Amino acid sequence: MKRFVHLFEALDGTTATKEKVALLRAYFEEAEPEDAAWAVWLLSGNKPKGSANRTRLAAWASEEAGIAGWLFDECRSAVGDFAETIALLLPKPAGTRESGSLAESAAKIESLAVLDETGQREVVLSAWRGMDGAERLVFNKLVTGAFRVGVSRDLVVRGLSEALGVARDELAHRLMGDWRPTAEFFSSLTDGASTPLDRPYPFCLAHPIAGDPAELGAIEGWQAEWKWDGIRAQVIRRNGTTAIWSRGEELVTDRYPEIEQASRLLPEGCVLDGELLPWGEGGPMPFNQLQRRIGRKTVGAKLLAEIPVVLMAYDLLESDGQDCRPLSLSERRDRLAAVVNEAGHPFLLSPTVEAGSWEELGALQRSALGRGAEGLMLKRLDSPYGVGRRKGAWWKWKLQPRSVDAVLMYALRGSGSRASLFTDYAFGVWKGHELVTIAKAYSGLTNAEIREVDAFVRANTLEKIGPARTVPPELVFEIGFEGIQKSTRHKSGYAVRFPRILRWRRDKRPEDADTLETVASLFEPLE
Amino acid sequence: MSDLLRVTPSGLYCEAGGFYIDPWRPVERAVVTHAHSDHARPGSKRYLCSSACAPFVRLRCGEESAISCLEFGERRTINGVTLSLHPAGHILGSAQVRVEHQGEVWVVTGDYKTEPDPTVEPFELVRCHTLITECTFGLPVYRWPEARTEFERINAWWAANQSAGRTSVLMGYSLGKAQRLLAGVDAGLGPIFAHGAVLGPTQAYRDQGIRLPPVRPVSEAPLDVDWPRALVVAPPGAEATPWMRRFRESATAFASGWMAVRGIKRRRGVERGFVISDHVDWPALMEVVSATGASRVLTTHGYSAVVAKHLSERGLDSAPLETQFRGEAEEEGA
Repeated sequence: MKRFVHLFEALDGTTATKEKVALLRAYFEEAEPEDAAWAVWLLSGNKPKGSANRTRLAAWASEEAGIAGWLFDECRSAVGDFAETIALLLPKPAGTRESGSLAESAAKIESLAVLDETGQREVVLSAWRGMDGAERLVFNKLVTGAFRVGVSRDLVVRGLSEALGVARDELAHRLMGDWRPTAEFFSSLTDGASTPLDRPYPFCLAHPIAGDPAELGAIEGWQAEWKWDGIRAQVIRRNGTTAIWSRGEELVTDRYPEIEQASRLLPEGCVLDGELLPWGEGGPMPFNQLQRRIGRKTVGAKLLAEIPVVLMAYDLLESDGQDCRPLSLSERRDRLAAVVNEAGHPFLLSPTVEAGSWEELGALQRSALGRGAEGLMLKRLDSPYGVGRRKGAWWKWKLQPRSVDAVLMYALRGSGSRASLFTDYAFGVWKGHELVTIAKAYSGLTNAEIREVDAFVRANTLEKIGPARTVPPELVFEIGFEGIQKSTRHKSGYAVRFPRILRWRRDKRPEDADTLETVASLFEPLE
Repeated sequence: MSDLLRVTPSGLYCEAGGFYIDPWRPVERAVVTHAHSDHARPGSKRYLCSSACAPFVRLRCGEESAISCLEFGERRTINGVTLSLHPAGHILGSAQVRVEHQGEVWVVTGDYKTEPDPTVEPFELVRCHTLITECTFGLPVYRWPEARTEFERINAWWAANQSAGRTSVLMGYSLGKAQRLLAGVDAGLGPIFAHGAVLGPTQAYRDQGIRLPPVRPVSEAPLDVDWPRALVVAPPGAEATPWMRRFRESATAFASGWMAVRGIKRRRGVERGFVISDHVDWPALMEVVSATGASRVLTTHGYSAVVAKHLSERGLDSAPLETQFRGEAEEEGA
């Protein structure tokens, strides 16, 4: 635990990327495999499977500190952070103590999931008593699900790659899909052994194009496709079974039974990358139709008939059991076309958009909306399939971007018929590893979604500030707006006009939300 | 019977003795606990303070101030009220004021700490019926780490800055905190410089026999000085001034009790914080309150309402006292 706490503090104390990578490397080189596995898990934004509720934690901490409940609240409003309040409040540990390893602490936290209140109390108190203030802070953050560190997943992979001597792209791949933090898993990162059958590849992500696309060079070197407004997914067919992974690395096979069924017609050892789209008679349906299916673990026959889904396939990552990402896009495209044509509906081949010049392509780009797309994707024909968001090969050329992905920061009660629900929200984007508010919005969600967000707010309230309740940064929403202005009202320095919630981005992690730089880059083109 | 001490528009007043304690307006006779600006204010006719405190009161209130001194423990009777001063351990010469009248004893702590500190007279516990205590850090989240371990951290920070080629600029209040920092750091690591505001109080400490390492004024540093090897002690606020430019690459840190809380560090934009406080933390405050034997406890500074409520729940007669003392304001970070 000590070593991980030092890492947490050191990462917290620097903004320099190189230094962060060096810290991660040093940690992974020294830590025991099981601890290292947990560190990768936690630093990648995963949580332990257990937790304890804040009311109980506050009561146990107050008891330990010998103070009344109201005094705990005073402390919390002075400190601002729940986990830290408890860490500071607790009496110093007495005599010799053994805080144990990170893995042991994590195991304690996971055990909370199956314990009753008395059992939980015992586990938490004994953990607290063995720890110093810094360890308690990290432990409390883990136990309340509020653990966050200012490192991207990419940085974790870089540090790990240096420590293990395994190439970054390969490691990113080995870290995909479902895995549990164990010593065995950590060792398998080095030798690549024990690959789970349904492991997806890291998604290749596009950068928004900033300037004139013509600067990309001759148009002949590029493939243009429509940018579809659906859910990015990989369909994996190996060993006679199918796995569908969303871009948020969630296994969603059960939610798209029509795709799973049809995937039996895919060849063995085949991985498709594409967009899950609601598709009616005449083509793509609006995204909000798909939203009706997203939140459900299982889909009824009625919904299946009303909102059928297709996979608009645009890349082939594996064929005949071979990783074909190193092949050029044009080669992969040929193979993809063959696979998709053979399998047929609901697998569609994402059509290329042909144009003789960038001007001509620009005209087509402006027609995207009428085709149910939100712009164009530009992909270099001679490029391999990259890992993550690397510049150069894939660009998204959206219609005037008037939306940002922002994180829910706090909520207020609605008015009128919604007065009993938390329906008014404030959203933030990342400025370094801090969120700054960019917009307030209260419309755009379905009633079912509102109830779900309301329940989230109630269960996860960090602090009550007047009528507002702050929540941990977990939920990501796409916020549409009419324009961006400079503003002193919002901490971000910008305000969006007529903000509304376009959709709940369940497929995105909080760290995938937009940054203040992105917002700033949207500012000029609109004015 | 009316209270021996009460708050008036000019400050905490002893009617029977005809004197004020740390008044915030000019008065006839001011008893001063210590020379921080919220306790020692210029303009009063006569000042009474500890001998060790007098040079600082002169610095603060003017050379010509009429100051009479008391040794710690020495008693003086004014209009039938017996007054004595007792070490408060806050800064050099800082005193608690004991006031006795017709068998009733009140103690005003002023600012105080019980932790050992080689630059001040150790805190003396004074038993009383009514205690007026400061509560700058009167929340149970404030529990100081041992100063020794914090100084180890400061030394490590300084050494790390040296290897990284950055000047170490350590901020602390210029009277008291700065001298405590000077006495606590490992002067063998490199040269120590100080901001002009720190020099006067430092000399006054030396004059009273407090051992401090050699300190050079920043303004008189030679042109070829190797700044990254040096430690610079400066008052809070200096970090945002052009004064800092001479160090080019610098690492700044604050030494204050407030640094115990990450959120406060972040709000202040502090790069690095060390938890070194010249005020009592929560456990020490509770211990002092109970050891004085006081049945009535009036609270000032900071979290006075919280502390009073907590003590009331513990069965003491306790209430906050409206004063204009600030202790160490959080926004000062001192």
